[in-house]
Amino acid sequence: MNDEKRIKSNLKYRAVRWSSFTLKKIILILLAIISIYPLFFVVINSVKSKGDYNGNKIGFPKEIVWDAFRKVFLDQRFLRWFSNTVFLTIISVLICLIIASFAAFALSKMQFRGRRFILNSIISLMVMPVIIMIIPLFVLFGKLQLTNNYIGVILIYVGILMPFNIYLLYSYFVNVPQAILESARIDGCGNFQIFLRMMVPLSLSALMALLVVDVLWVWNELLIALIFMQKENMRTLMVGLTLFQGRFTSDVPVIMAGLTAGILPILILYLFTQKYFVKGLVAGSLKE
Amino acid sequence: MSISAKKLKSEPYFYLGPAILLILLVYLYPLIEVFRESFLDIRKWPGTFIGLRNFKIVFTDRMFYLSLLHNIEFLLIIPVIIIIALIIAVILHEKIFGAKFYQSVLFLPYIIPLVAVGIAFSFFFQYRGGLNQMLELLGLKFLIKDWIGNPQLALPVVATAIIWRELGFAIILFLARLGSISEDVVEASHIDGAGWWTRLWRIYVPELTHVIEFYAIISIITMLSQIFGFIFVITNGGPANSTWVSELYIYKQAFQFNHLGAGAVMAVVLIIMTVAIVIISYRFRRRIGEENE
Repeated sequence: MNDEKRIKSNLKYRAVRWSSFTLKKIILILLAIISIYPLFFVVINSVKSKGDYNGNKIGFPKEIVWDAFRKVFLDQRFLRWFSNTVFLTIISVLICLIIASFAAFALSKMQFRGRRFILNSIISLMVMPVIIMIIPLFVLFGKLQLTNNYIGVILIYVGILMPFNIYLLYSYFVNVPQAILESARIDGCGNFQIFLRMMVPLSLSALMALLVVDVLWVWNELLIALIFMQKENMRTLMVGLTLFQGRFTSDVPVIMAGLTAGILPILILYLFTQKYFVKGLVAGSLKE
Repeated sequence: MSISAKKLKSEPYFYLGPAILLILLVYLYPLIEVFRESFLDIRKWPGTFIGLRNFKIVFTDRMFYLSLLHNIEFLLIIPVIIIIALIIAVILHEKIFGAKFYQSVLFLPYIIPLVAVGIAFSFFFQYRGGLNQMLELLGLKFLIKDWIGNPQLALPVVATAIIWRELGFAIILFLARLGSISEDVVEASHIDGAGWWTRLWRIYVPELTHVIEFYAIISIITMLSQIFGFIFVITNGGPANSTWVSELYIYKQAFQFNHLGAGAVMAVVLIIMTVAIVIISYRFRRRIGEENE
């Protein structure tokens, strides 16, 4: 009797376990499909002909046609936008990393008046939405002739990223043991030497995480590029694609090819540096 | 003071200098200046002082309230994301087969450029788009609608796009915190025969309280003032103004209607709201901290 009960409950337990396991699997698979589908939608429609797209918007193409990509890559404006974005991304991110790591070094390893105050002020600025700075910056930059000027946008990008970058590097730098730095100081290293020879090599993974997160941010940025780069030949890829959409509504595969070209560099970066992406995005928020 | 001592004392500021100058330029100057500009007519530099006229115009503008109302409607996204992300994070945490794979796939939307997401969604949801074709194939013709062209549906479509893109981040965030829960507690619950839901509510959720709170706060700020990209690309405020939000109000007022003062007023409102949220959340967290002690 007792045995029977146990077997019964064991069976029930197994049934529950099995069904909850499949339920979990189904949820995950469904969510994975939903997560991938929009990407699939873009890529798949970029290799269709116009007619094929009109008849079949959701499935595989009848035959793979590269016309849309040809049109995109022969479009001078598109190439210009693409190279603008590449240029802005590389320059902004490099400058940002250099300036932020100097600042984080001072904040974490030097003693001076106002250190805590400066650190707290910088961190608290992280929550400020970008939109509120747009009008005063636009007015000021208009006067200084920094609108429609790469330098202007780079200044804004680097500035906006600064608090997040300093915060993340600071939280990494403070954990570098003081003893290592002291021994280097005894060997006659100055602060700059310590920074270059010890802090930077010891923090490479944090710098890498920041690098990918910053690249992602600049590459995807829309609002500032839209307002501060209004000249046609200075537009970034994201602004260009938004305008593309309006102009090519009748030729959807061309738009999708443009999107694919805009997504691909980031996707490749993600696939190779996934670990750092996750680290950079999570680290910025978890510690506290 | 000797020269070297002087140099030593000022040295930190050399390292900090460029960063501080940039932060002053990009954050602090605009934060203060936007208050001043909200009292000005700045169509022509340096602008003339017009008292509260900008405020009067904005506060009697129907679109101002409508925009903020839409931002508040977008707040409903937050519980949806948190609940889904919680369940998924716990499933992935409990070592289901292929967890790593699902994790990278579910995070994928977060790195796709927002503009690409927006354009893809607008082509998928438009009347002659992918979704309606799918419904037709499935024999669900009665569900076919003009998703983006309908003022009632446009906002939910944008919300769907936001949920789609932001969910992965919440999952990863929760998952990272789950990684630091001690195995013993979870194991004990297994031995005690606690079911999955019990484990979720009794063990995982209490452990995640702080992360959930943190995520809720940054998401509130995001929904109120950082969704411009989605709106601009998918609906540009339409149809029939049904998706105007605070940021679009600033953008249109300042850069399309050339009324920078009105944009500055909305920016002031957003600053006050952001600061209020941060202060309230800080107090709230401290109170919780005291209760726990």
